[in-house]
Amino acid sequence: MGLLARAPEGRVAALLAEAGAARKFDWLRAPEIGSVMVRGRAGGTGALFNLGEMAVTRCSLRLADGTVGHGYVQGRRKAEAEAAAQVDALMQTGEAAAIRAAVLTPLEAEETARRSARARKAAATKVEFFTLVRGED
Amino acid sequence: MYVAVKGGERAIENAHDWLAEERRGDTSVAELTVPQIREQLSLAVNRVMTEGSLYDPDLAALAIKQARGDLIEAIFLIRAYRTTLPRFGYSDPVDTGGMACDRRISATFKDLPGGQVLGPTFDYTHRLLDFKLAADGEGPQAPERDTAPAPVPRVTGFLNREGLIEAAPEDDTPPPDLTREPLEMPANRALRLQALTRADEGFTLGMAYSTQRGYARNHAFVGELRIGTVPVEMEVAELGFAIEIGEVTLTECETVNQFKGSKTEPPQFTRGYGLVFGQSERKAISMALVDRAMRWEELGEDDVGAPAQDAEFVLYHGDNIQATGFLEHIKLPHYVDFQSELELVRKLRRDAGDQEAAE
Repeated sequence: MGLLARAPEGRVAALLAEAGAARKFDWLRAPEIGSVMVRGRAGGTGALFNLGEMAVTRCSLRLADGTVGHGYVQGRRKAEAEAAAQVDALMQTGEAAAIRAAVLTPLEAEETARRSARARKAAATKVEFFTLVRGED
Repeated sequence: MYVAVKGGERAIENAHDWLAEERRGDTSVAELTVPQIREQLSLAVNRVMTEGSLYDPDLAALAIKQARGDLIEAIFLIRAYRTTLPRFGYSDPVDTGGMACDRRISATFKDLPGGQVLGPTFDYTHRLLDFKLAADGEGPQAPERDTAPAPVPRVTGFLNREGLIEAAPEDDTPPPDLTREPLEMPANRALRLQALTRADEGFTLGMAYSTQRGYARNHAFVGELRIGTVPVEMEVAELGFAIEIGEVTLTECETVNQFKGSKTEPPQFTRGYGLVFGQSERKAISMALVDRAMRWEELGEDDVGAPAQDAEFVLYHGDNIQATGFLEHIKLPHYVDFQSELELVRKLRRDAGDQEAAE
């Protein structure tokens, strides 16, 4: 679900459409925009504290066969939440393997490519500092 | 006493229309789009997200456009919008130790596992205006280097192993939330950190700088500064387990500060902590220094009366929306208030005059 939550605008819906996998459904909870309070830990590992909120869109739907899917995506993105919930529902049906191949695998490959490009740029800025010995003995 | 005024609707409407026209500026110059602001003024966007206390780059960019670049006005817009959102819940704590780092430096250890990674930094630039940017916006392509994913352990972790630095043991006590309960003193560290992370960058910087200049000096070194992305996970009731609901870019700063010891404990370094949304390292370092200064009591230090040690002073004055709200309200109509004061001054002068005449 992390892949679906982070996917770029329109990507999940496009992959679903390409695979011809979109289904009719009823809303259990229409897409709703809200916030989640993100927490951190003091010192990175210690006591919990509230860092600040992030915008999140969620929804729940039911396919004609009764399968329920939930979507939680980052930002104010109702269409993405709908697509994520569809994928979540379809992943519980007999079509799971096909949906994984058509939607999740390409999403994962795209995300890995984006991440490794950043990691490669970061690696190019890795430094070795040398401390200089001062002149006086 | 406040007395309402009425009237002025036409003038107010016209002023707003003129504001919109001035916001647009010279129409022969192309209009700025929200994605342009999000992508090209990203550090301003990060500041608005951090102090607006809402991670949403598109909204922050829109707020900057609407506020004509006035970042405090933009933060105000975000804070106002934030209050309209239903709260779905609290995330699990983010694991900054597992961050995918764009930047990771230590001023205390030269050779550290995982390496020193400069990232896209202004450090070591010459701070000379680059007139090429005025001519065309085409930047060079960043060089890349092959790399294998490797863990990037915390610097404080190495010191911890030797017992040379105070530990930060895991503690899952639900923290207070100042967006739900008003900020009250005394504030525990969790509440102080929440208030500091959304405090005004300039105010926090000034407070931190005052500690460096000697007002509650705590000899801070940047043990580690890291910038990168972490996943955000939340327990979802309808599923019954935690799922990733997104990813945020964070800047984390851990300072290594003056050691202290006692009869029972050997000397060890102490720590300050800063964590903010986006790439906002000046703010993260400032936060860590001020956090450390406010810990004087639990660390058994003296209250030397320095401003940065005074949690009440720092926390009640660091929020730029509270501050600007109260400051700017004095320019709104106060005619009746002022008339009563005028009356009073006239009366005092009259009384003084009468007295003089009588003498």
